[in-house]
Amino acid sequence: MIKATSTSTTRYTTQRIGFGLLTAMTLFTVLPILAVVIYILVLGTPAINGEFISGFPREGMRAGGIWPAIVGTFYLTLGTAIFAVPLGIGAAIYLSEYAPENRWTRLIRIAIINLAGIPSVVYGLFGLGLFVLFLQFGTSILAGSLTLSIMTLPVIISTTEEALRAVPQAFRTVSISLGATKWQTIRRIVLPQALPGTLTGVILGLERAAGETAPILFTVAAFFLPRLPASPLDATMALPYHLFVISTQVPGMPVKIQYGTALVLLAFVLGMNFIATTIRSRARARRQW
Amino acid sequence: MDNSLNWREKIITRFIKVSGYSAIIFVGLIFYFLLREGLPTLGEVQFNSLFATRWYPIEDYFGILPLIGGSLIVTIGATLIAVPFGVGAAIYISEIAPRWMREILKPLVEVLGGLPSVVLGFLGILILSPYLRVFLDLPTGLTALAGSLLLGGIAIPTVVSVAEDALDAVPKSYRDAALALGATEWQTIWRVTLPAARSGVLTAVMLGIGRAIGETMTVMMVTGNAPVMPGGLGALFEPARTMTATIAAEMGEVANGSVHYHVLFFIGIVLFLISLIVNVTASAVVFRQHKRQERILS
Repeated sequence: MIKATSTSTTRYTTQRIGFGLLTAMTLFTVLPILAVVIYILVLGTPAINGEFISGFPREGMRAGGIWPAIVGTFYLTLGTAIFAVPLGIGAAIYLSEYAPENRWTRLIRIAIINLAGIPSVVYGLFGLGLFVLFLQFGTSILAGSLTLSIMTLPVIISTTEEALRAVPQAFRTVSISLGATKWQTIRRIVLPQALPGTLTGVILGLERAAGETAPILFTVAAFFLPRLPASPLDATMALPYHLFVISTQVPGMPVKIQYGTALVLLAFVLGMNFIATTIRSRARARRQW
Repeated sequence: MDNSLNWREKIITRFIKVSGYSAIIFVGLIFYFLLREGLPTLGEVQFNSLFATRWYPIEDYFGILPLIGGSLIVTIGATLIAVPFGVGAAIYISEIAPRWMREILKPLVEVLGGLPSVVLGFLGILILSPYLRVFLDLPTGLTALAGSLLLGGIAIPTVVSVAEDALDAVPKSYRDAALALGATEWQTIWRVTLPAARSGVLTAVMLGIGRAIGETMTVMMVTGNAPVMPGGLGALFEPARTMTATIAAEMGEVANGSVHYHVLFFIGIVLFLISLIVNVTASAVVFRQHKRQERILS
């Protein structure tokens, strides 16, 4: 209720103060992000050179490069994609095109929300229990990729489902009425239309997998491994874990190498983020329906 | 030809259905394996000494209360930061900012959500904690407060995006009606829009808290990792040790199948149940607003 006593001047003064406050709060939220990115960019760039990117760590990781960690993160991201993409897109197709509105579908949705909320370190425990020990994959790229792909699923499913649902119902009706089967309709009509949204979801999910440390602590990560992994059953170094190791476990670590590693990790992750958002905004601009 | 097509279609449809149910299977598997490795704790450690205040595994003290307390104090601190700033930023983005500003702010908040937690922990060690030590005159900057500040930052994107969706979903006619009755925009926001979106904003707050409790790497790196029982809010200025950090720090060193190993999985069960409660409650609200749910996850 608006008090009768408040004159229009005091009301607008309150509004001005309030808007100012909210603007300040938003700036306080957003500016540190820019500061973090710029700070790491400035302090990390001097460390970047050919040897740093493509060389192996030397002198107890205090010199040399981070190539094994870069390769490890690449393999892990690829492995995650192999498992999570078909499963995630399949689940999204089910929810958008097949699932009836019943109790089971509700349960699936609750399960997805829960998967999204489970702490990353609990995924690590689960990966250790199931993949490393029970299935005897050992600490390996395989065990780590499987763990990360389950963690990534909710992001891929929800974004892909959103993209599929955005395709107008009329497209499906027309395709079916022309004699196409349900799967042909999905494969040839719905999926191509939803491709940009699906790609965005997949990349955002993989971005999360590439930057995570806790799930790979006990499932993949090698403290120091002076060679590249030879098979999916090998352990590997990985960028986020490497940054953790050199910033907490190695005394006398040169700051320059730490910032360099942080920059490479950030570039990897933000690069994926940039690609994903670009695909999304381009598709939105081009959409004809 | 027609037959083989039918056949293929059947296989694919089957695969799609199985993928659809995979989320349920995985939640079940995760819970099963946590129970399998964690429940033996109850046979190995007495109930009284499990819920005791001393965590010192080398001498077989497995009291998990200091760890729960550590998680609690860090999460309370993070909530005090993430809720006002997150909801404030959501109101600004949804109600006040001009269109071009929105187009800049939304992706930026998304970037914050995508920053790897290990990078924030790294900057926490190098920049935030030395600054806190000097500024607040503490013996060490690696405290629960440092953890809270960074966790607040990590929870903010979740709060902003869910709360902003909720505000966005309030029909424009509500605002128009309030303005037509002579309310200022500010009054409209406080007395009409925000109350109308309150269940969504509440969901945002809960999911933010859930995000903060579960965060691992950042807190492990900046909170100093001392498993002491927090006495009150003053504990914010002392080192602490959360449940997540304990698992991450100690699991690498324990022998598989030992008591310590089982207790760490038991802590995992506690964390799993907390996130289950938070998310089921939040999704109960979410189901009423179908559209919102898709955004939480993305």
